[in-house]
Amino acid sequence: MAGRWKNDLNWSDVTPEAAYLSRRSLMRGAGALAMATAASPALASLGAAPSAYSTDAEPNTWEEITSYNNFYEFGTGKEDPAQNAGQLTTDPWAVTIDGLVDKPGAYDFADIMSGVALEERIYRLRCVEAWSMVVPWVGFELADLLIRAGVQPGAKYIAFETLYRPEEMPGQRFPILEWPYVEGLRLDEAMHPLTILATGLYDRPMPNQNGAPLRLVVPWKYGFKSIKSIVRITATAEEPPTSWNRSAPHEYGFYANVNPTVDHPRWSQATERRIGGGLFSRRQETLMFNGYGDAVASLYDGMDLAQKF
Amino acid sequence: MATLSSSSPPGGLVQRVNGALRRVPIWPVYLLGALPPFWWLYLGLTGGLGVEPIEELEHRLGLLALQTFVGVLAVRPLRDLLGVNLLRFRRALGVLVFYYVACHLLVWLVLDVQILGQIWQDIVKRPYITVGMASFLMLVPLAATSNNLSVRRLGPLRWRRLHLLTYPAAVLGALHFVMLRKGWQFEPLIYLAIVLILLALRLRRRA
Repeated sequence: MAGRWKNDLNWSDVTPEAAYLSRRSLMRGAGALAMATAASPALASLGAAPSAYSTDAEPNTWEEITSYNNFYEFGTGKEDPAQNAGQLTTDPWAVTIDGLVDKPGAYDFADIMSGVALEERIYRLRCVEAWSMVVPWVGFELADLLIRAGVQPGAKYIAFETLYRPEEMPGQRFPILEWPYVEGLRLDEAMHPLTILATGLYDRPMPNQNGAPLRLVVPWKYGFKSIKSIVRITATAEEPPTSWNRSAPHEYGFYANVNPTVDHPRWSQATERRIGGGLFSRRQETLMFNGYGDAVASLYDGMDLAQKF
Repeated sequence: MATLSSSSPPGGLVQRVNGALRRVPIWPVYLLGALPPFWWLYLGLTGGLGVEPIEELEHRLGLLALQTFVGVLAVRPLRDLLGVNLLRFRRALGVLVFYYVACHLLVWLVLDVQILGQIWQDIVKRPYITVGMASFLMLVPLAATSNNLSVRRLGPLRWRRLHLLTYPAAVLGALHFVMLRKGWQFEPLIYLAIVLILLALRLRRRA
């Protein structure tokens, strides 16, 4: 056919996977240096498709998103995860899907990724500590995976669990929280199209400090709900325990919806500071459901959100 | 020539340290101590404090205040237990504590909270801020009377009694640090423990 593009590469030109992977870990090792040049071409572009669910707000920079993290498995300081997460082995990685599902089992990461359509979701992220960012996540809808696993009718909640590996996660050597970190969603929240499992950001594979290789993102809830480095997803009939709620039940509820009218006992949630504004950055108003009210408010019809915080 | 304060073997290390310390003037403590807030402000303006410079500046100032406070409280036990005499520098260190706490408070008011209505609400409603504010308010009269004239006017007894406020102020400062962290974290608990130990050493001395 005239003008049709013809590929002149064949299989002998393909870089062996092992070489490709070790090259990637080399690049990761180069870490800060490689990442600092955020403008350089993507290391391994994921080719995520744009999504109508994205906000048109200006995303935070790669440096901001990857150097200011709460990931207590790597330390309680904001810069600890960027410093300590490099040692985490994310390949091989398996996710156990169990509980009330038709196809329970331990699934390889590649298995989970096969057949999913990666999308770029630019979401606002509101931390319970009253700061916020805009993050260009790459991921797929959690619902896709739950449908593939076959959630049974008796299931009402989805529980999640982070990797427990103190030899690579130094923060887990201290009892700051009960390890492993666990989180949960009501089934309708888990099936909502805004809820994604993210595997990257800025169209690149997820940096370890942001929850590689697979993390949850629930943009209308405080950031701690968006559990990182997931190794288990369980469909249950009962509301599952969640780490921060277990640690301080009067401060962190199961729902943890972003809500400017319900203060944290120790600080106001009415305003937030967008990271990246420098020393004289102004606070901005926090929006109900982090601005996703149109899409999610109906999930909570008739619920007292001050009581179910 | 014999020294009056010597309680250690003559010619001992402690005595030599004390001898050297006596030759150190006090004004450099004020001068060097005054620099960190300015240096950090400069770093914050030029991107040297990371992507969230307000929080970083606030926390660094608070921590430096607490560390200096621990230094102030350590002066007396250091002399009683080891014979090292830093009493000459204690006033300077105490004034620096107030200076750092004031900078910390200023960053919180001007850069962090920004909204006047919320400042008062925070002070009343948030226990860790109430506790921090109480500590600051206790330091105000101490800083105001940190001069020879005040000692003379109040008389040594009243002056010393007033400056007992140092102890609750230190405890509240450390408590403020413990309360503001999410969960029970080690670092602030260690500071609180050190403050309590330094105070306990004084009780033992009195008993």
